[in-house]
Amino acid sequence: MPQFIRLGFFLAWRQVRRASPWTTGLIIFVMTLTFLNLVVVSGILVGLIEGAVEANKEYYTSDILISKLPKKTFIEQSPRIISIINSFPETEAVSARYLGSGSIEANYRTAAKEEEIDKAGGSFVGINPESEESLTGVSRFVIDGEYLKPTDYDQVLIGAYLLKEYFPVESSAIQTLSNVHVGDKVRITIGEIMREMTVKGIVKSKVDELSYRVYFVDSQFRSLIGRNDYNVGEISVKLKPGSDPRAYKEALNRSGVSEYARVQTFEDAQPKFLQDIKNTFALLGNMISSIGLVVASITIFIVIFINAITRRKFIGILKGIGVSGRTIEVSYVFQSFFYAACGSIIGLVILYGFLKPFISAHPINFPFSDGILVAPLLSTMIKVLILVITTIIAGYIPARMIVRRNTLDSILGRN
Amino acid sequence: MAIIEVKNLIKTFKDGDKETRVLKGLNFLAEHGEWIAIMGRSGAGKSTFMYQMSLLDEPTSGEIFIDSHDAHNMTPDDKTNFRLNQLGYVFQDYALIPDLTALENVLVPIMMQGEDKVSAHTKAKSALERVGLGHRLNNLPSQLSGGEQQRTSIARALAHDPKILFADEPTANLDNESSKTVMKLFEEVHKQGQTIVMVTHEEEYSRLAERVVTLDDGQIIKDEKTHKTPHKHS
Repeated sequence: MPQFIRLGFFLAWRQVRRASPWTTGLIIFVMTLTFLNLVVVSGILVGLIEGAVEANKEYYTSDILISKLPKKTFIEQSPRIISIINSFPETEAVSARYLGSGSIEANYRTAAKEEEIDKAGGSFVGINPESEESLTGVSRFVIDGEYLKPTDYDQVLIGAYLLKEYFPVESSAIQTLSNVHVGDKVRITIGEIMREMTVKGIVKSKVDELSYRVYFVDSQFRSLIGRNDYNVGEISVKLKPGSDPRAYKEALNRSGVSEYARVQTFEDAQPKFLQDIKNTFALLGNMISSIGLVVASITIFIVIFINAITRRKFIGILKGIGVSGRTIEVSYVFQSFFYAACGSIIGLVILYGFLKPFISAHPINFPFSDGILVAPLLSTMIKVLILVITTIIAGYIPARMIVRRNTLDSILGRN
Repeated sequence: MAIIEVKNLIKTFKDGDKETRVLKGLNFLAEHGEWIAIMGRSGAGKSTFMYQMSLLDEPTSGEIFIDSHDAHNMTPDDKTNFRLNQLGYVFQDYALIPDLTALENVLVPIMMQGEDKVSAHTKAKSALERVGLGHRLNNLPSQLSGGEQQRTSIARALAHDPKILFADEPTANLDNESSKTVMKLFEEVHKQGQTIVMVTHEEEYSRLAERVVTLDDGQIIKDEKTHKTPHKHS
């Protein structure tokens, strides 16, 4: 090992070991906060969107979403496709949904005129309550009333965004129903068919798709839309843990499913705006983290500068007795590395030992998603590297400034 | 052959427009194994003279040869390396590194010379034992008395076998007892052939040297042998 590194390390280690523990602790604390700022701020910002993406997958698309082809109103050969899906060993659960659209009306019994009827357009979905529950656990989003049973007759769940009480937006483009509660009667119109139904429950979720829909029991919905061929509008498939959605999609396409439907993984089915926002927030997070990094660099610069200034006499003595400037610079580089490494290690322990598991178990309740902390190990390690390199540079510069001063002036404390 | 040769050495300090010439064209020779005391009243330029000779400072003009090496041709890094391998220093205020123990302070220049860990430790330990501090190896400077600190400083200066030992007022901060111990050490190493250049204002200790050079107003006004028998060395 080169002499200047060996002695530089020797000097650095002695200085750190015999420095005030309070000072060392404070510097490491600043480095830990910097590390967390670097990783957690962007991690939360990305996690805010990642939470929405995860929820979209878990409560709506599941691992695979099969939807109708363009220009079709349903998935042809749906029973055959479902049977192919069920034959795949990776399949854990399937939910086939009938889709339709129409209008939903309240106060139609009491309104004096047709124009006074409270009316909203709706996206209707017919589900097998048990299959849907095992796939998405949608019952957890029933905030009032009860979830559907397969035997329910003329009962619906209404998405909260169709009700003014839960979505009080005054806009001519968005229609909502007033004074509709669990147990009230509503009138459903799909094409020429009109039927009166009872509101069994209200569904509210941060996945907008769920909150905009009206849910029917599939057998009833089939009769409403006159569909007796069992062809559905979309199929969600949950895979067994460890299965690869991409490989599964390819296998389905090879089985001929692509002739009748569009097969997407949850990533393909992700709304594009979510991906855009995710990238935007990642950029924003990096910008905020960069400011944190600059602040940390300045902090380390000041700490090392003050340290080197107060030790200027000893730096002069070391040079006087023949220790090279490079050795002294290396000793400060090691000290900076020590602070950055300690701060990063403590930060990593806090991040992966506490923050990440805690936030995963208790997501942050943002208005449109349950935010998680996104901190993949590789990108975290890159940030650790950036922090360490920045800190080393911030420690090296002041050390070099002091080391370059005249040896005798340093020993005698002359300016 | 002289171990130190100084020709027409001038050192000027600038303070804004004001120039102060501290050394005014000094010429000086020191032989191998000599012990020279540099004396003079305060402000005479004796410490400045020593700093130029010991390559800790840059003269304004003039020539300095140490062991036939022309200091003028040395880069700052060359000078640092030269100081490491050829020169030893004892400062008035001991100049120990406060967060290194006595042993570690002595170890630093030896390690810098590239000695392996075991050999460096052995050398440093034996240097401290030589100055009577074998029992204080692991004490920090703050845990040592002034005399012990100065002896540690001497151990550090001698541990790497320098050709010349420079000492700037080595007893100025010490009590009488400690001063005598330090000077006794100087006598011992001088007996072993060590060249010593010592700045002092204490006549009692200057008489221990073989030669006393007196400076006044930046010039050598007296250069005389003491009655002490010169040490013969090979």
